[in-house]
Order: sequence, then structure tokens, then C-alpha cells
Amino acid sequence: MDLSVKWLQSLAPTIEGTAEELAASLSSRAVPVDRVEPVGTGLDDVVVARVLEVRRHPDADRLSLCRVDAGTGEVLDVVCGAPLIDEQGLYPFIPAGGILPGGFRIERRKIRGEISNGMLCSEKELGLGRDSAGIMRLADDHLPGESLPEALGMPDARLEVDLTPNRVDLACHVGVARELAPGGIGDIALPPFGGPEWSPRWKTGRQSASAGHVTVTIEDPERCFRYLAAIVRGVEVGPSPQWLQARLRAAGSQPINNVVDSTNYVLLELNQPLHAFDLARISGREIRVRAARNEAHTTLDGTEHELGPEVSVIADAERPIALAGVMGGADSEVSTETTDLLIECAAFDPRHTRHTALETGLSTEASYRFERGIDESGMETAIQRCVELILATAGGAADEQAIRVGRPVPDPPRISLRPSRVRSVLGLRLSGGQIAALLEPLGFSVEGPRGSTETSGKLTVGVPGWRTDVREEVDLLEEVARRYGYESFPQEDRSFRPSTVPDSPVWRRADRARRFLSASGLLEARSATFASRSRTSGRPARLLKPLSEAEAFLRTDLVPILLGRVEHNWSRGHRDVRLFEIGNVFQAGSGGGEPSGAVLSVVEETRAGVAITGLRAPPHWTGSAGDMEMWDLMGLLEEAADGLGIGDIRPGEPPADSEGLPLGWRPWLGSESLCIFQGDRLVGVAGRVRDEAVDSPVWAAPVYAAEFRLDAVRLAEGRIFRDLPTFPSVSRDLALVLDRKVVAAAVGEAILSAAPATLESVDLFDVYEGEKVEVGQRSLAWRLVFRAPDRTLRDEEVEDAVGSITANLEDRFDARIRSS
Amino acid sequence: MSSKDEPVNLRETLETIRKDALAAIDGAADAESLEKARVRFLGRKGLLSRALSGLRSVPPEERPEAGKVANEVKETLETSIRIRADQLASLADRSEVAPVDLTMPGRRPWRGGVHPVSIVIDEICDIFKELGFTRAAGPEVETDWHNFTALNIPLDHPAADMHDTFYLDEGVLLRTHTSPVQARVMMEHDPPVRILAPGMAFRRDPYDASHAPAFEQVEGLAVDEGIDFIEFRAAIDYFVHRFFGASTRTRFRPSYFPFTEPSAEVDVSCMICEGSGCAVCKRTGWIEIMGSGMVNPAVFEAVGYDPERYTGYAFGMGPARIAMLRYGIPDIRVLYEADVGFLEQFA
Repeated sequence: MDLSVKWLQSLAPTIEGTAEELAASLSSRAVPVDRVEPVGTGLDDVVVARVLEVRRHPDADRLSLCRVDAGTGEVLDVVCGAPLIDEQGLYPFIPAGGILPGGFRIERRKIRGEISNGMLCSEKELGLGRDSAGIMRLADDHLPGESLPEALGMPDARLEVDLTPNRVDLACHVGVARELAPGGIGDIALPPFGGPEWSPRWKTGRQSASAGHVTVTIEDPERCFRYLAAIVRGVEVGPSPQWLQARLRAAGSQPINNVVDSTNYVLLELNQPLHAFDLARISGREIRVRAARNEAHTTLDGTEHELGPEVSVIADAERPIALAGVMGGADSEVSTETTDLLIECAAFDPRHTRHTALETGLSTEASYRFERGIDESGMETAIQRCVELILATAGGAADEQAIRVGRPVPDPPRISLRPSRVRSVLGLRLSGGQIAALLEPLGFSVEGPRGSTETSGKLTVGVPGWRTDVREEVDLLEEVARRYGYESFPQEDRSFRPSTVPDSPVWRRADRARRFLSASGLLEARSATFASRSRTSGRPARLLKPLSEAEAFLRTDLVPILLGRVEHNWSRGHRDVRLFEIGNVFQAGSGGGEPSGAVLSVVEETRAGVAITGLRAPPHWTGSAGDMEMWDLMGLLEEAADGLGIGDIRPGEPPADSEGLPLGWRPWLGSESLCIFQGDRLVGVAGRVRDEAVDSPVWAAPVYAAEFRLDAVRLAEGRIFRDLPTFPSVSRDLALVLDRKVVAAAVGEAILSAAPATLESVDLFDVYEGEKVEVGQRSLAWRLVFRAPDRTLRDEEVEDAVGSITANLEDRFDARIRSS
Repeated sequence: MSSKDEPVNLRETLETIRKDALAAIDGAADAESLEKARVRFLGRKGLLSRALSGLRSVPPEERPEAGKVANEVKETLETSIRIRADQLASLADRSEVAPVDLTMPGRRPWRGGVHPVSIVIDEICDIFKELGFTRAAGPEVETDWHNFTALNIPLDHPAADMHDTFYLDEGVLLRTHTSPVQARVMMEHDPPVRILAPGMAFRRDPYDASHAPAFEQVEGLAVDEGIDFIEFRAAIDYFVHRFFGASTRTRFRPSYFPFTEPSAEVDVSCMICEGSGCAVCKRTGWIEIMGSGMVNPAVFEAVGYDPERYTGYAFGMGPARIAMLRYGIPDIRVLYEADVGFLEQFA
């Protein structure tokens, strides 16, 4: 919404200050002002000039030679490039030596051999508008030599206001003037237009009324609450006077002709959308407000529409002539031939207007206001202003009788406001009188005790018609707070009681996982929740209106998304990539009932995902640490098992079914895959990513990935201190040669099972396969460390223990002790 | 196994000499001390000679064997002395040429790191923790009841235009803000409630420099008896001073959110130009950081709280935008690309 500062000041002369100050004031009390733009500055050297005579330039087809009267007493020769210049027309002119806005200096010079003593200007050159095709024709009510800024009511400034959805009342100059004027509504007076006054005699009907051979009928009172119509005959449609054009331009509206400009002016002044029909084009002199009946209609923007019953229309005896509350029709539009007008001033239902706008894909200044509700009590004033402005700018005469159909103006809502509530919600101790002083300037009426009201007492507040957003006590509390000034509240600290809500385990687990994974040298990614079908598994949930097919589904797994991120890094030339992400994954499914009756058809789960590839450590001059391999992933998972308690790692493919959402995206899992279990519950999968699952450049290293459910992360530490050893340990190395198929974990368990309590640790420290052992066999070397908590172990004890361990191993695996 | 029942015998003596001598040879830091060691162990009156004099006490049948061992020890030590002498010589040469070049880079591990948006979220949560807030979580797929209706946003209302929503099904959507967590928490817990709801939110905005269809939000809610606008302002001021610095100023402006009333937009003085006006703050000196306000009684009614008894405040902010401001990141998309060149800058 664009506002002209000059316009605001013409409504309430008490509005003072620079445009920037007004913008700051409006932002701090009502709605934000995004931008302040000067309009018509730098025009000090521009004057009004009359072109007396126009001749073709002898040496250039596109140039004219003009003789110009700029009010200086002499006639000046000026060369001009504009296509159409009217003799006796008034135009803006900069004499030689003057400066254009933007600093360009106009010199006296020869153009193709002819002297030019200045320049006739276009709107664009003056920074007043977008039109650069022709020079700017001024209205005839000026005199040569007059300063242009003065003639146009310049300089002005434009405030670009970012309206919030509730404050439609601020979409007009009077609305904003109410907020800005120190005295509020008391300071505002609508300036007369200088033409004839018009005080209609209303012909009123609940559903229908006639005057001047015109009948207006509201067929569906749900679609239209009130409809006022006035008839103006004998107008001359043409350009608006300069002041009106300048006002509209400053407020961001393009002038069209005096009739349309008059309706737009009143819209921007009072917020009431108005429409002017060409009376001659209204078939049967009948106006009917009704639902469309599957009929065709062309709006005045030239678009054709098929209108279904959702759409509300203004129709004549035959066909729709306008979309109710949205846009006029092309057929009944005012043109230069128009002489008689029907001026519509209506109150359309917000909901039906919204439907009409949605169905036709049109959103207009009118629909914006009707959707949010207009001031029904201000309609009579609005149509009166509009008719008077037309009379002043387009001439003609208005019928004394005017039509008024529909319901009476609703009584203003009356709302109770308790000063005690002002105190409990805002923390302000205000008396009834203080509250009234804040609200009354905005047009609210306040009744009730004005004295000091501590806890009892109640005010009754009448809401003005334009405040369609104020319906409850809390709305008034906001008004009080705004008018008091958010910045004026006292600064005090308050004590608080602790929350009854515990810190969510989801975030506590995420904290732990994030800390662990980043400490392990991984970088946290935050990637899109959306995925293409090929990167999902199970039953992915599809968006009804996705932005693209590549983002059409909700991700079902983190690993495929992270692999996409690895590919992105490869495309940027990064070979060493170590990423993790903590986030939600989704599956279509059936959820529980919800208060709205809707069933959550999508289930979700928080997970942590990991993808790593490339060097194990940054390159170093002493030599490369080598690329990461399965054992790096395994080590990370083992650390996670210890540090986060995520579960036991077991080799093999994941089972098909498990509690929770499926850990399902399988294309990446190959022969080297692992599962993480908590008891019988599958909580994670990991492994080497199959080459086919990623689009890798030749120089890329293998990728390893893992994904686990976040709820597997242990929250309680559950650790208990063990006494530090006071007696020495004894270690023995045991190299076993056994069948290649016997897995290390089984051997480790067998060692533990046959060992006494003094066995402190068993670690695999060497694996050998080759010449020194038979084919199909391998050597696993273990370091066994024994220690007793209460004494130094004797050699014999250790020898005995090793003896029974080896015996057990020989027995179970046919293992052979390899002598070193 | 050793014959530990025998008295101290020659073989053990020789073994001791061997070990001690090897240690002394290895430990010799220069030629002089190496020579001392040689004299001490292999000299004419050295330990080895003296030990060999005990050969006489060895039973004759064992003498050849003992002699052999003694010879072996002698040879071993002589070889070791030679090798050590060479080592010392070459060391001496090298140390005269150049010391170790300590300007060379050390060996480092990969550094991991937390995403800058996570850093911001954690910091926000840590500060509000000081004000008694805990963190709550809720689903990202929501019902329109929780996302709109419970928050006083009628579905057929212009206010819903503010949210261009991703729907998954009739009445099922990706939450457009983390505010529905408010409703869920209040339906489960009685006041006093002081919670933060960090998490993802979704709007149907295509990616551009300042929009992403999925983005983070941190929502806050405090409800109890006696919470008023003054307390609300004090809490926000506290946060701003802790997060942006004590010299940062705040500005509260009227705004509109269906679930709060009075509503306020909170600006902070621009941290780049300190209020004098620059490109970041669009020359206003102020930067908008959160929407906030007193909880609308309609929300309390929807979740079953007594709106006459309880009051509260709520606020919401975008940690991605705050991260962009704080770190000077010009394009939001870089946050979600997981480029390691970017992530390593925050590690």
C-alpha cells in the first residue's frame, strides 16, 4: 500500500514532520513502512510552459521546432523529440541552465543546426511516472511560468506500507491519518473538491429499489449486504486535472480518466471500492446482484471467464456486467463516449468475494478490501465524495434520487474492557479515563467509570465501522498497548516458576549424537527433507503439490540423501567427505485419530545418518594415512556403541521386518553390510556403499555409510567406577592357526568363556594368512592380559589359565597353537 | 625353563653382563661414553674378563659350552659397539648440517563440526534455558487442526495466505511453523509451561537466495499466572542482549499473528553497522529477528487452558536467517548443500 504524505497532510493538517519521521511513527504504532520514496524532488528549475507553435525540424524527421512561452516575456525556440505536441498545450519545461532531477544540466545548444533554449519533459525524465514516450501534457488550469512543483502539489513523498492482514482499515489515507494525527479523528476533515455539492434523497429497499428508471435488486443477501447506486448524467470523460493525477501517482495508482480516477481517489481516501458503469450499456436499466449461472464474461482487463455458481456477479437484465467486489466488465466500462454513469458503492460479503477472486484468479484492490471487510457505515459518505469529485472533474449533473438496497448499517459492536485485564495482560495500571484517552482518538466510543479502577469496573467500548478486526476484549488490549506505545512500557524483571515440561529426550539424544559424531571428525549436514522417488524406500509419502519431481516425496531414509550430498561434494572436487545428519524420515501409513478428525497418514522417526569417504586423515608430508575402509566405519560404530550405547554390531543384511519405520533404502547395501541391534530390535544399518548406488568420479574413494534410529541413543549414563588396579598384570600372546571360516568374534568369545575371572582383556592384535599356514587356514594372534585385584598373579596360575583356554580352543575349533 | 635351583652360575652372570652392556652401548650419547662402556665391559680388566676368570669353578664337562656362550657375548658386544660408533658418527655429521625444520606442518586429524544453524539453535536454547525454558519436540507432519485451527488461524481466512502450505493429504500437511508444538505441549502439560520448540518448518517457496522450502524455526512459549507484556519484553530483551551483545538495542513494533495478541515484531539494532545504516539492514539501522506477542486467549481455549487464569507470551525466529546475519552468509542455499568447504569453516 502506497501513501502520499501530501495527501495525508491535506486530510489532517496536524500531521507534521518529515516523511521519515512519519514512517517511523507509523511503524512504531501500527504497521511497518518498508520504504520512503521522494516524489517530485529536484524539480525546482521546472516550470509550466505553453507551446505556441510547432514546426517540423528541417533536418530531422523525428524532431520538432517549438516556440515556447515559459512566462518570461520572451518566446523561446526549443527542439523537441516527442511525437505529438499540441499547439497551445501546457507542458513542463526546463530553460537552459536548469537541472533535471538526477543532476543533468540543460544547456543552450544547437541540435542539427537549430538552437534549443531548453527542454520539454516527459513524466519519466521528471521522475514522476513511467511514461517516457511523450512529453507530459499538463491540465489547462495553469499559467506559463508557474513553478511545476507548485502546480503539481510537489514535492511529495510516498510511504510504502506493509499492511498486516488485520489492518485493512489502513489501506486508505484517512485510515492512516487517524493513526498519525495527534488528535486522531478529531483532526480529520475531508477537503471539498470545489465543484457542486450533492446531497441525495435515498430510495431505500431491503431487497430492491428504483430511482431514475434504474432498478437495483440484491437477489442473494448473503453475497451482498448493501448496494448504493447514484446516477450522474452528461459527463465529459477525459484526463483528470493535474492535482488528481499527481495524487494518484504519488499513491502508486496510474491515472486513467476523470471518472475512473474519481472512484480510485475515493478508494484510496476512504477505503470504499467504487465502480462506475456506463449507464447506456446496462441492459434493461437493471442491476442484479446474484450468483453466476455458468455464463461467459469478459473482465475489463480483457480476460474471458466461464463463471460457475461459486462466483458472485453484478448482472443487468441479460448478462453479468461485473464480478461482484472484484472487477468490472469490459462491456460496461466507461469510455470517452460515455455520458451517463451509474456509480456503484456496495458492501460485498468477504467469503463470497474471496471465492469469486479465487475462481477467476483475479486479485484486485477492491477484492483485497472486501475480503477483509469494509466500513458499511461509511458508504454514504464515500458515494457522495465520489459523485462530487466526478462533478468537479468531469462535469454533468447527478440525479437527486439515489438507490440504497440491503440491510441497515449494523450497530457498532460493543465490547467490554476491564481495566483489571489491562493490568493482568499488559502489566499497566490504567484508569478508565486513561484508557479512553488512548482509544477515543481512533474512533472508539468509551463508556464507563473513568476514575481509578483497580480491580472492579468495566468499560463498554463501541467499535467504529472501519475496525472490522476488533471484535473481542483482547483486540482492545492490543489497541491500548499500541497506543500506549510498546516502547513506553516500563522495564522490569519478573521472577518465574520452572516449567512442568521436561527437556525433550529427542533433543537430548540429538545433542549427544551431534557431539559424538562431530568429535569423531564428521561434519554436520542439514539437507532437504524432500527426495525423488528413486531415493526413497517402502511407501514414501508424496506431496500433493511438489515443487518438482526431484522433491516430490518426503525422505524415507537419511543415507540416500547423504549420498546425494557426497555426490555434490565430488562435483565440487572434494574427495574427502565425512558427513552426518540428524533429522526426520517419513513413511506413508496410518496414524491415530486427531482432534480435527483428520488421520495422520504419515508417520515419522528421527534418525542419524553417516556417510564417509576418502582419506583417513588429512594429507601430510610424512606420508598418507590411506583411504578409509571398512575398519574405519567399524571403529566409528564401535565407538558409537560404547559412547552412545546404540547397540550391538552384527555382520549381515538387515531382517525384512522390524519395529519402527523400515531402515529400508537397500540399493546401497552390498556384501559388506552390518546391522545394529538392541536385543531383537534392529536400530541401525551400516556398510560399504555399493559402487552402483552412487555416481562417482574415477578418482573417488569407496563410500561407507550408516544410519540409526535416534531413540537408540542411551540417555542415562549408567556407568560405575571400577577401582584402579594396584597389582601388576601379566600378559600372554596366543597365536592360533585355525580354519579361515571360524570368525574372530567366536574365537574371542571362546577365549572368554574358558578363562578365569582374572582375564582382564582379550585383543586381536595380528591376523596372518599366507605361506606359513596351510591354505584355508589363518592365524589369529591374541593378547591376553591377566590381573587379580588383590594380589600379584603367580606364573603357574597364568599358565594354567592359558592351558585351559588353549585346550578349549583346540577342542572347539581344532585350533593349533602357532609357536612364534 | 631356567635352572633356578642352581647357585648363581656363570651363564647367568654372562647374560647379565650382556644386557647391561647393550644398555650402556645404546645409551652412549657420544664417542667418549661409548669408549668408557667398551673399557668397562670388554677391557682387559673389564667385567667380561673378570667373569671368565670364574670359568675355573665350572665343572669341566660344562666348560666348552660356557666358553662358547662367553665368546658369543663378546662378539655381540663388539658388533654393537661398532654399529653404535657408526651411528654416533653419522649423527654428529648430520647435526652439524641442520636442526629439525620445525616450520613444517604437524600431523592433524580431521576436524568435525556442528552445522552453523545448529550452533545458533543451541545458543538460543542455552540462553532461554537460563530463563527456565526446556525444549519440546513435535511431528513435522501435522494436522491442519494443530497447524492452523488450534492457533486461531481459520483455514478460509486471508491470514492463511501467509502460509503457502505443502499438503500431503486431506487435512495433513508439513507444518508451516513449529508453533503447533505449542498446542501439543499445552494439551499434555499444565502450566507453568516454558518451552522452546526448535525444528524444521516448511513453506511452498522455491529455493532462492533468501528462501528455502524447508527451514529451521525456534518457537518459544511461556504460560503461567501473572505473565504480562512487561515480563515478555524483559525476556526478549534478555535474550537479545545475551545473544547479540549487551550494546544491542531492541525495538518492538506492532504486528499481526493470529495466535498472539498484542503481537509484536522485534527488531535489533544492526550488528554490522551498529545502527548507522548499511546494506544488511537496508539502511534502516534495524534488523527484524522475531515475531512475538502475548498468547491469544483463543489458543488457550483451543487447548483447554483457562484464559482468564493464565496468560503468556510466544515468539518465533529463524535460526538460518540469524546464522546468515551473524556469519555474513549471502545465500541461504549454501546452508543446505553440505559442501565440506562450507561446513569446515564452522568446524
